[in-house]
Amino acid sequence: MLKKIFFYHISLSFLFFAETYAAESGGMPQLNPKFWISQIFWLIITFGFLYIILAKLILPKISANLEIRKSQILENIESAEKQRKESEEKIAEYDKILQDTKIKAKNYYNQVREKILEDINKKKESLDKDLNVEINNAESEIKDLKSKSSEKITKIAIETSNDLIKQLIGVEVNNSSISAIVEDLSKKNKKEYHGN
Amino acid sequence: MSTNPMHQFEVYRIGPEIKVGSLDISFTNASLFMVISSIAILIVFNLGSKKNSIIPNKMQLLAELSYTFVAKMISDTAGSKAKPYFAFIFSIFMFVLFCNMFGMIPYTFTVTSHIIVTFMLASFIFIGVTIIGFIKHGLGYLKLFVPSGVPVVLLPLIVVIEIISYLSRPISLSVRLFANMMAGHTMMKVFGGFVISLGIVGGWLPLSFSVALTGLEILVAFLQAYVFAILTCIYLNDALNLHH
Repeated sequence: MLKKIFFYHISLSFLFFAETYAAESGGMPQLNPKFWISQIFWLIITFGFLYIILAKLILPKISANLEIRKSQILENIESAEKQRKESEEKIAEYDKILQDTKIKAKNYYNQVREKILEDINKKKESLDKDLNVEINNAESEIKDLKSKSSEKITKIAIETSNDLIKQLIGVEVNNSSISAIVEDLSKKNKKEYHGN
Repeated sequence: MSTNPMHQFEVYRIGPEIKVGSLDISFTNASLFMVISSIAILIVFNLGSKKNSIIPNKMQLLAELSYTFVAKMISDTAGSKAKPYFAFIFSIFMFVLFCNMFGMIPYTFTVTSHIIVTFMLASFIFIGVTIIGFIKHGLGYLKLFVPSGVPVVLLPLIVVIEIISYLSRPISLSVRLFANMMAGHTMMKVFGGFVISLGIVGGWLPLSFSVALTGLEILVAFLQAYVFAILTCIYLNDALNLHH
């Protein structure tokens, strides 16, 4: 139903359109030369006016402003470049200073280290000397003690063997005979010990 | 009368009849819209170039973008030699664009939908370009009609075709703009008439068409101005840099 109305309307409109179009005396108003001269005249006037004002007044201003902006941007870029270079130089300087101080610190450290090492060595040597002296003293003392101790041991051995004999047998034995036996034995033992 | 889609192109006199001799140069609605377009262009670009700040405001940005747009178009198609003609091509582009755009407002008159106006612009460009060509190259400009690398046998035919194509430039340039504008406006008017005649029942379909067509026509209005300007650049390029 709707479709029918729609198409009916459209066909009617086209009919109407065709009728009015046919009824129009001139057809396209564009081809009616009545106002052609007027249009040409006014076109020349308005377009000429527009062209002159644009060319003489407005466009130079716009182009000048664009140029100014361009040069300004270039200038800014240049100064930025300059500042970048400066900052790079500063960074290089800073790095150099840092490097120098590092080297200095290292040298100082090394010097101090050597000094300390020397000190330590000196002290070590003196200590070693002292220690050697002490050790020698102690060794001689030990030797002394050793040599003395063998005598003492023989004495103790004589006394203990004397006591032992007294307890076991109940006979009083002469000290000198016992000592001779002990010495003999100890010499034998010593030989065995040294032989081993 | 108002349902006639061609009615919108009717030119009528506004104010008194002005006659110079036997020539009628009365102020008409067409003249009115030429004046309005020119003044609108001047206002926009005057505002856009008034305060020359490094960081542009909206109007200045508009003016500068249009400037760089046209400048780029010219340098791309016609090279750096076309710089002296920048102002003319800029004016042509802006004039056609503003006339087309003003025509998109309902109940206005589209100046560029009249063949006489577009033909005047095109023939002015054609004559100007031809004069520039002859000034720059002398009679050597005629080499334009003799393309290089064409067999001698075909040469007479090619030369005739080239001359015809050269002479038809103003016609093709003017008819392209005029026909585009007229066809678009006529179609919109026809669809508008359908909306009225189909009423509330079936009027929605042509109405949506009308809306879509309006968008299309705004695109066409810009595109035709651009095409008009770029063809001017191409013709100018032929005159400035003789390639053949």
